Amino acid sequence: MTSATRVMTASGVRPSARPRGRGLVRHWPMYVAIAPFFLLFLGFGLFPTAYSLVLSFQDWNGLGAAKWTGIDNYTRLFTDPTFWLSVRNTFVIFVLSTFPMLVIALAVAAMLNNAVRFSTAFRIAYFVPNITSVVAMAVLFGSIFGENFGLANAALHSLGLPGVQWLSTPFGIQLTISILITYQWTGYNAIIFLAGMQSIGGEVYEAAKLDGAGPIRSFFSITLPLLRPTIIFVLVVSTVTGMQSFTEAQVLTASSSTTNPNSGGAGQGGLTMVLYFYQQAFSYNRFGYGAAIAWGVFLIVVIFTIISWRFTAGKKEDKARA
Amino acid sequence: MTLTTPPPATITEHITTAGVPLRRRRKATPGRVLLYGVLTLGAFISLFPLYWLVVMASNSTSDIYTTPPTFVPGPRLFDNIGAVFSRIDFAGSLLNTVIVACSVTFLVLVFDSLAAFAFAKFEFPLRRTLFTITLVTFMLPMQLAVIPQFITMTNLGWVGQLQALIVPAAANAFGIFWLRQYMVSSIPDELMDASVLDGAGFFRQWFTVCLPLIRPGLGFLGIFTFIAAWNDYLWPLVVLTNPNQVTLQVAMAQLNTAFGQDYGMVMAGALLAVLPLLIVFLIGARQFIGDIAKGAIK
Repeated sequence: MTSATRVMTASGVRPSARPRGRGLVRHWPMYVAIAPFFLLFLGFGLFPTAYSLVLSFQDWNGLGAAKWTGIDNYTRLFTDPTFWLSVRNTFVIFVLSTFPMLVIALAVAAMLNNAVRFSTAFRIAYFVPNITSVVAMAVLFGSIFGENFGLANAALHSLGLPGVQWLSTPFGIQLTISILITYQWTGYNAIIFLAGMQSIGGEVYEAAKLDGAGPIRSFFSITLPLLRPTIIFVLVVSTVTGMQSFTEAQVLTASSSTTNPNSGGAGQGGLTMVLYFYQQAFSYNRFGYGAAIAWGVFLIVVIFTIISWRFTAGKKEDKARA
Repeated sequence: MTLTTPPPATITEHITTAGVPLRRRRKATPGRVLLYGVLTLGAFISLFPLYWLVVMASNSTSDIYTTPPTFVPGPRLFDNIGAVFSRIDFAGSLLNTVIVACSVTFLVLVFDSLAAFAFAKFEFPLRRTLFTITLVTFMLPMQLAVIPQFITMTNLGWVGQLQALIVPAAANAFGIFWLRQYMVSSIPDELMDASVLDGAGFFRQWFTVCLPLIRPGLGFLGIFTFIAAWNDYLWPLVVLTNPNQVTLQVAMAQLNTAFGQDYGMVMAGALLAVLPLLIVFLIGARQFIGDIAKGAIK
């Protein structure tokens, strides 16, 4: 936000050559130009968001009359064990995917930063998983992590290891979803880390080299600290998207869920927060309760985003004190 | 690995020793061999699932279900694709997806570039406030709006119709923000002044000065929007309530749930859903990856 505002004031906006007249009339083309976005935002952004707040205080199944129930939906949400299970599942998936992803992405970026040859080919290869559709990849991973004939267990067996019950235990499901997320987002984050690394001037490294620092040392004492803004960006984006994961879980568990295709598979291990929201709102038509879940999810996402922001920003103070 | 010791290296070395350092080329030290080895392994892991998708899509289920599994593409790709087309209305959902992704991309490029142009190059009352509002809308999470938006679509009679996917997505804050940044640095004020002298108004300036200068920026935003629209899943799943009129992603999930045992066919469907996007991506890959990175570190 702050950088955006700064760029705005510093940008070369031309003051209008003519004296200020009756602005709104004279500047009509600009208002026409920005009107589509604002109309769409009012109709499909602001209005629905406000309406969902109203809905969250009502009991409504989409037909008939809505009933005001005050804060009932929220008290129910607070004591709903399935909601808290979905929070826990989401958190486990978030931790299992985000941290390996960030470490691997940093390592890949550091390697790409040192590789001169085939650098474009490598970048494309690492980026491709991110543009393939989540649904297609979830379908594919569903077969790779299949119990009896899946490739993952075949590989484990060939190494003399026992197979894993990937999609029939809660933790197995969470692990599979995490592997899928890691697969799709590591290359994307590596490309962003790489851009951050390349914006660090070469002189710093030259100076460190003169002081006798090896590549490992300069990575930890130069690259990582100077990369902090990029790391914050990546962690915040990963938190926001990870906390709202839906497609991976829905597609991977739909066929193995017995009661309802949106119940999250064995032991509801794949029931993420947004999947639970979808299930309540659109499998059971609980629009009021669904809206309350959406606000609960929003609040949790905001809290975790602030925590992960503080987590990375806090390191700075530690370093300064040390 | 072999990658690091191709013949040209020795030639360069030879030239360098002759006293003409044409280009500093690093020798194949163990460290560099390890570097390229690990990078190649990573690229292999990255691409292997797509290769495996092709293997499964071109074999019959019984060929896939052998121990050890087949690792080479088989002869049944077209049989499997044919099965996809006969089991579900694959052509219909492909057409729906193309219509949605193309319309959304076109509208986003028009609306976002118009708004970005106004914000980037003109002064008008409330400009700052309106731009700040645009930025704030970034932060509203999508799922808050899903239920009311579904109710709105019901009232409009758009449930099950493609415009329910197209209209809400026709303009977005990200594109306006991104294009505005791009315009500030790539449209010279002199050109704007010259076009004013020629008597061009706002919309002619947009069309004749702005659009030609921001082509690469439009290219990035276009690919980005197209990919997002093509891969969208939650909203189409909610609003396209008629199972016979869906997008590719929803159709693929249905195929997987209904015929999950016929792996060859399901994977052929997944392959067809991924392929057009891969092609669009590979056309602009180099530029696109550069722009993604640039946007992130700004």
